[in-house]
Formats: sequence, structure tokens, C-alpha cells
Amino acid sequence: MRRRHLLGAGLAIAVAGMAGSAMAQSEIKIGEINSYSLLPAFTEPYRKGWQLAVEEVNAAGGINGKKLVVISKDDGGKPADAQTAANELVSSENVAMLAGTFLSNIGLAVSDFANQKKVFFLAAEPLTDAITWSKGNRYTFRLRPSNYMQAAMLVEEAAKLPAKRWATIAPNYEYGQSAVAVFKKLMSEKRPDIQWVDEQWPPQGKIDAGPVVQAVAAANPEAILNVTFGADLVKLVREGNTRGLFKGRSVVSFLTGEPEYLDPLKDETPEGWIVTGYPWYDIKTPDHDKFLKAYQAKFNDYPRLGSIVGYQTIKAAAAILAKANSTDPEKLIAATEGLSMPSPFGEITFRKIDHQSTLGAYVGKTALKDGKGVMVDSVYRKGADYLPSDAEVAKLRPKD
Amino acid sequence: MAFYFAQFLTGLASAASLFLVASGLSIIFGVTRIVNFAHGAFYMLGAYVAFTLTERFSGALGFWGGIVVAALVVAVVGVLVEMVLLRRIYHAPELFQLLATFGLTLMVQDIVVLIWGPDDLLGRRAPGFRGAVDFFGQNIPSYDLFLIALSPVVLGVLWLLFQRTRWGVLVRAATQDRDMVAALGVNQKWLFTSVFALGVFLAALGGALQIPRDAVHHALDLRIIVEVFVVVVIGGLGSIIGAFVAAVLVSELNAFGILIFPKISIILVFLVMAVVLIVRPWGLFGKPEAAARRTPGLTVTPWRPLAAGERWASLGALILAAMLPLFAGNYALTVGSEIAIYVIFAASLHFLMSVGGLASFGHAAYFGLGAYGVAFLAKAAGLPMIVSLLLGPVLGLLGAAVFGFFAVQLSGVYFAMLTLAFAQIVWSIAFQWVSVTGGDNGILGVWPDKWASSPANFYWLSLGIAALVVAVLRVIVFSPFGFALRATRDSPLRSEAVGINGKRVQWTAFVISGTAAGIGGALFAYLKGSVFPDSLGISLSVDALVMVLLGGVETVSGAVIGAIVFKAANIWLVSQTDLSKLVLGGFIVLMVVAFPKGIVGRLEAIWNRRRSSEDKKSALATSRVEVAE
Repeated sequence: MRRRHLLGAGLAIAVAGMAGSAMAQSEIKIGEINSYSLLPAFTEPYRKGWQLAVEEVNAAGGINGKKLVVISKDDGGKPADAQTAANELVSSENVAMLAGTFLSNIGLAVSDFANQKKVFFLAAEPLTDAITWSKGNRYTFRLRPSNYMQAAMLVEEAAKLPAKRWATIAPNYEYGQSAVAVFKKLMSEKRPDIQWVDEQWPPQGKIDAGPVVQAVAAANPEAILNVTFGADLVKLVREGNTRGLFKGRSVVSFLTGEPEYLDPLKDETPEGWIVTGYPWYDIKTPDHDKFLKAYQAKFNDYPRLGSIVGYQTIKAAAAILAKANSTDPEKLIAATEGLSMPSPFGEITFRKIDHQSTLGAYVGKTALKDGKGVMVDSVYRKGADYLPSDAEVAKLRPKD
Repeated sequence: MAFYFAQFLTGLASAASLFLVASGLSIIFGVTRIVNFAHGAFYMLGAYVAFTLTERFSGALGFWGGIVVAALVVAVVGVLVEMVLLRRIYHAPELFQLLATFGLTLMVQDIVVLIWGPDDLLGRRAPGFRGAVDFFGQNIPSYDLFLIALSPVVLGVLWLLFQRTRWGVLVRAATQDRDMVAALGVNQKWLFTSVFALGVFLAALGGALQIPRDAVHHALDLRIIVEVFVVVVIGGLGSIIGAFVAAVLVSELNAFGILIFPKISIILVFLVMAVVLIVRPWGLFGKPEAAARRTPGLTVTPWRPLAAGERWASLGALILAAMLPLFAGNYALTVGSEIAIYVIFAASLHFLMSVGGLASFGHAAYFGLGAYGVAFLAKAAGLPMIVSLLLGPVLGLLGAAVFGFFAVQLSGVYFAMLTLAFAQIVWSIAFQWVSVTGGDNGILGVWPDKWASSPANFYWLSLGIAALVVAVLRVIVFSPFGFALRATRDSPLRSEAVGINGKRVQWTAFVISGTAAGIGGALFAYLKGSVFPDSLGISLSVDALVMVLLGGVETVSGAVIGAIVFKAANIWLVSQTDLSKLVLGGFIVLMVVAFPKGIVGRLEAIWNRRRSSEDKKSALATSRVEVAE
């Protein structure tokens, strides 16, 4: 009597699954997973970005004549749920490849799933170095510039600063930990004379900013590395401004120039921080203009970095599928390794050696303009220039 | 020296924010005994409404008026929730209200994004409190000083309200003995509503006052709710002064703790709570709970083992379930395996909650320990799947044996919160000990051996183990040990008098339950092929509670149905809709209203009523026959 319900539920799922598997031959499906409900501030613009890409791909005739369809699932920010979604996409929807994910641990979970089930996976946003290096596998590729690359871009600027006493503030989880570790390592290589005087590790999303700011100020650093973002960044900046933490100190900050994180700061944006980000208002290349116009026309909104990532993820997926002219994962891998394609940031290549794309990032300084935060003096840094040598990468990555 | 003083003041400011919200929760719990999971949601709503109002109306009046009006508006929402939803379920089993408020919380998370959009919002600074005060070279924000001054004022006002007004006398009386207050003819309905309104007002005020320091966003509620619960429990349930002292204690320990251990924040409150509860089982200012007047066992229809017909029906259902691979695809089978695993997990908590009368808020700890046990054995030691599956749950057993020993010394909500503290400590170890556990990147590549790797085989394996675990737990319920456990639950004094060692019986039950959860976790590791700290986390513990409550806490095996319904609905909704939290939350609220004893509890009640009327009829018939003779 108790288990009859199990059967009922199972039946319902099975029927739903069968309905879904009746796939039209004139379509190619991509399964997309992201943390829509947990991180809407980043994933909503991301969703718009890939929707635009799907529209463009299909307007241009689809993939070798077949219509591109993206089936999108929410993972709620949990690795286990992301795997359930991945399984549904692969087993019932018969997608040609998986794409997406934001959080590093979810990216890794899906990448491990892809490796086990032999499915092609294009990781969009997770920043962890592990996904292409220590835990890399042949089925996984990654679009966004990794932690290492962003750190290397920032170190290049930070090393020019006269500051010798440095403090760090980073969220206490893998992303924060590895960002600080890479930054420290690269920085100490370039500038053996600097000292690390304090580090603060507030829990992600739960910073108690007052005591943290006070503690950093007490160590009296000349420069600060910040890795917090989102609501934590807002609290940190507000407390820091009120308490004068940033006065007379240089600040280097991961991702803060991305509109997702810079715009909420409004008139409290601190000036002169060295940041990575996306100054969409300042990029004057034909590739970007085309993207910007199309995006604004479709959504009547300006793009965030998430929009670029979502757009380019699907554009890249389409390019891969078109070149492979097949949905066989081995052919997709062969097609992707070394594949170059245009992007709103210029041409990018998926490296054969570690499956990392050479998409770069803009590095610049924060400034206040009309009561809003902007990035100024920004320069595009190509991803290819900020990766370790091939010999080093080969050591980092397990053999397939 | 000036620095330490400044750090002290900063800690006090953090304490003030915490206290406002905690005091509201404490008042609500003290009187209504509702574990108000939605308190964080009201806090968040306060911040959002205040944001809108202060953006609309400028100037000092606009700002301060906006803050107060926001708190009032949210209090009205709270009153509506109390009158429409909670009033219906005051007589439901203990903790059932948690389910309703959990559903509400889920709904609010989606609703705020629908209304206010996904971006983080930056509220105005408070007029007159924008800058900082210079104190021997240390800058102290003037708004912090304002908050520091405000919290004793709120404390004083609450004290006057409770000590000097008739309403306050009634509230205190109800906190001490609800039934007696009702017997004296006090209109409980309005007393409860007014207390709920005050509590929600304080929560919303706490949220509204954060807008000059914080960003307003849709995850504010989860950030605060657990911490506030901890503060209330450290202080002692129902004690406002206790909440105040606990807020100061926790905030100051954090402010100074991070100077020595920068990574301490992640676990500090839970460590403090564990220590306080072990030393003082009722919190700093709490009093021992009076022995429950209403014995839960008496209100329940006595349990009985399944009759022969029902056994055959269960077996038949199991055989039908085992036939799923004949016609279902791989995805359905994997979902089936996941549901079977959650059945194990929910049944294990159900055993502890309904048979043992011990509601654990941290049951995921033992599930996760089982999963990590498997991951260590399979990855580090390279053991084959069968061996790992058998030995992995031992880690859950060990964890339950150690933590259970301390936890069973307490009872009621204090027990629940101590289990939560232990779970969070285990979680933070898994999260922080990167070299062993991989931190939040987890342990990857824990895939099943070849024989179990096909979805159908894994499904049969999970289903078989789930059936076995549920059957064994049922056997234990009706064994002499099970009777001793129920006796301890229903009347500690009487069971002690007949020679039952209550604590040892409960401890054993805790270990059995933890081991069963570990078995679920071990299977889960192989199902997902990886283990993350999530599997030890609060949200999984809450899921388990929801499944048990949904199934019916007063039943023998209601959790089985609760797990199937909740997990299937969850997976299906997340896959089908972008507003899964709104829909799932609404679904839970509807279930709460429709099935105030849980699904199985309600069905059993209907079944029993029908049968007892049949019995009466036949009894009547027999007596007639006798008369006729």
C-alpha cells in the first residue's frame, strides 16, 4: 500500500520522459544548466545573452540547416541537482552537448558527469582552475578566463604599484581561496619585496563587514586585494567608505568592474580600484558594436558580463556543432580543439592542450560618473597572454 | 587600545541588528510555540518595502517614516498569514507549523525577485548618519552608534510592555502555561495574533534598518534566519534579555575572533551554541521546560503492525515498483533511485522523530558522513563498491554515536538546535579541510562498479536497500526496544519508574537512525558520482524534516510517502518551471492546509473513522443477536 505511490510517481516521470524523447530530426538540442534561482543577478542577463545567440544562429540558417534548440534547466545552486538536470537533458532530451553552470563546484560536478557518461560539456562561467587543470578531462571545455588568468592580468598592474604591505579580503570558499593563492604566488614572483600583512575570510554571502574592515585597517596595509562580490562587496564598500579604509590605499579587485557587481554600488563606488570587468559603454570594436546593438534592440536593456558569456557560449556551441557536423562527442572534441571563432571581444580559440578558451577580460580602474560606477582606462587583455607555458600546463593536467 | 574599543563598538552594532530580529522570533516562539522559519522572510520583506518607500519619499521624514511604515506594512502581512494560515494548524502535531512557514519562505524568495527584480539594490544612507565619528584615530560610523543606542531602547520598551501592561502579563502567562491561560477564559486567538504581529514587526524593522549598510537582495532571509535561531536558543527560548545577551556575545566573539582566526566566522555561532547547550541545556537565561501536560502518545491512535492483507499489498507495491525498469527510461530510473535514497533518509529521521520523539534539525550530518565515508573508502583506499557501501555508513554511525551522546541529554527544540550545531560543525570541517575533503569542490569520481552502473541495476539496488531499511525500522518499532523508546517519548517519568534507562534507549535510537541515514548517504555518493559539503548542509536537513512532516509525524511510516511526494514534486517542478520555489512553496502550504496531520496521518484518520463506525455496526448486530438469544 505504501509503495503504490512510488510506482505512480515513477509512471508519471516515465511518461513525461517518453514524450520528451520523441525528437524531431530537424533539430539539434543543447542542454543548458545554470543557477537561475540562486543567482538571478548574474544568470538573468546570461539567459538573455544565449537567447539572442539562439535567435541569431537560427536566423542565419541554423546548424548546417538544422534548427538549434536550447533546453535550459535550473540547478538551484546545488551540485547534486545539477547532475539530476544533466541526466535529464542527456537521457530524456537526448541533447547533443551540455553547456552552462556558474559556481565552480557545480561546474566540476557536471564535468565529472560528462566524463563518466562521455558527453561533451562546455563550461560557461565557473572560474576554478581545477576544471581545466587538476581535474580536467577530455569531455570538458571552458569559455571564461579562469581564476589564474584574471589573477595574472591583475598582478601585471598590481606589481607596478609602489605598495609593499598587502592585505587580502576574500570569501571563504574555493573561489576566494584559489584567487588569493594564485594572486599571492604570481605577485611574490614579480615582487619578492612585498609582505602579506593580513588576510580576512568572511563566509560567502554572510560578511560582517564592520569588524572585517576594522581588522584590515588595524594591520595598516598599503594595498588591499579584494575578491568579494555581490552583496558582500556592497557591504564591504559601504563600511570601508564610512570608516575610511580605502583612503590613501591602493585596491586591486577581482570582477568588480563587471556591471553585475559595479552597478549596485551606485554613488558609493570607490574610485581608482584596479579591477577586471566589462565596460560595455567604452568598447568601440565592430564585433562588440554589432552585439551591443542587437542586444539593446531585443531587450531594451544594456548587457552585463553574463550576457556576453551566455551569448558566446551558444555561439561557440553552434560553431562547434557546425564544424563537427555530427553530435558524436568524439567528433565534437576533435572539432573544438584548436577551433577559432569570432566573439564580441575579438577572436578566441579553444586550446588543444587544456581545453581553455582564450577569451580575455578588460582591466581598468573604477571611477564615478554622474553618480554611477564606471570603468575607465580599460584595456582588453587577451586570454592567451596570461596562461602558463605549455610545459607547465602539461604538468598540471592529468593525462587523458 | 582605541582599536580594541572601536572593534568592541563594531561588534555591538552587529549585535543590535541581530537582537532586533531575534527578539521577535523569541516572543513568537515563547507564546505560540511556532518555529517560525519565515522570520527571515519577514526580515527580507521589511528591507525591500523600506527600500521602495525610502526611494519614493526623500528627506529625513521620508527615510525614518519609510522605515517605520515598512515594518508596519510587513506586520500587517504577518497578521494575514497568522489568521489565514497558522490559525488552522495550531492543533497540528508539534513542528508542523515549521512546514507551513518553510513553504512561505520559499514563496517569498521568488516573489521578491518577481516584484523587485534580480539585481542587488542599494538603499539610501540614513539622513544625519552618513559619516563616521573619529575616536582616537579610529573611525566609527555614526549609524553604528545609532544602532547601538537603539537596541537597549527596544529592549527597554519590550520590557515595559511585558512587565507593565495587562497584555504583557497575559503574554508572559501564556509563555509559561498556555493551557491555563486558555482555561481562565483569555481569548487566545487574538493574543496569538497580536504576539505574531509584534514579532513580525520587529523582524521587518530589523530588516528595514539594514538598508543603509547592506544591499537588499533575495537571499537576505537565509542569511539571517539560522543565525537568529541560534541567538534565541543560546539566550534561552522566550527570554528577551537572553536574546540580547546572546546577540552581544556572538557578535563580540566574532569581532575579536577574526583577529586571531580569520576563518572562524563560518562556524563561530554554532560552536558557541554547542558549548552553551552542553553546559546549560536550556540556554543562558532559559528555564527548564515544564513537563508536557498533553502526552503525545495519547492523542494518537495506537500503532499496530500491518495486518496480513496490508503486508501483501505492500509487497505487491514493491514488486510493481521493481518492474519500473521494464518500461521506463534511464532518466526516470535515476530519479527513481534518488527517490528511493530519500525514502531511506526520511525514514531514518522519521524513526528518530516520531518513535523517539526527538526532532533533529541536523540529520543531514549522518547522511553526509555516510557519503563521505564511501568517498574516502572508494577514492583514497580504492575499495570495491560492495565493501564501501557496507563500511561507508559506519562513519555515519560513529558520528551519531558521538553527537547523539550529547544531544539526547537535551529535549525539544534544544535537542533540535544542538543537532543542528553538530551538523554545522561537521559541514564546516568538510568545507574547510580542503586537503582531505576537497573543500567545497568536493570529491569527484565516486562512480559505481560495473555491475551496478546501469540505471536499472542501480535502481534495483536502491529500491532493495530502501525496502530493507524501512522494513527493519518497522520491525524495531514493534520490538521491545521500540516499545521502550515510545514509553520514554510519551512519559519519561513513568518509563523511568518501570526501569527503562531513557537516555540510553534514546541514544541507541539516535545511533540506529544515524546509521540508516548513513546508508542513504552512501548510496547517494554512488548515484551522483561525487560528494560535496551540501550533503551535510542545513537545506538537506530541512528537506528531511519537510518530508517527515509532509508524510505525517504521528504515523509509523508516513515519511516514505512524504519523501516520494516531496522529492518527485521537487524534481519535476525544478525541471518544468522557472518559478519552482514559488510553486513548491505554494504546494507545501496547500498540503499543510489540506492535510494537517500529514498525508498518511490524514488518510489513516479517515480509514480509522470508517472502520470504527463499521465496528460499531457489527458490535450492535452482535448485541442484538445476544438479546435475541
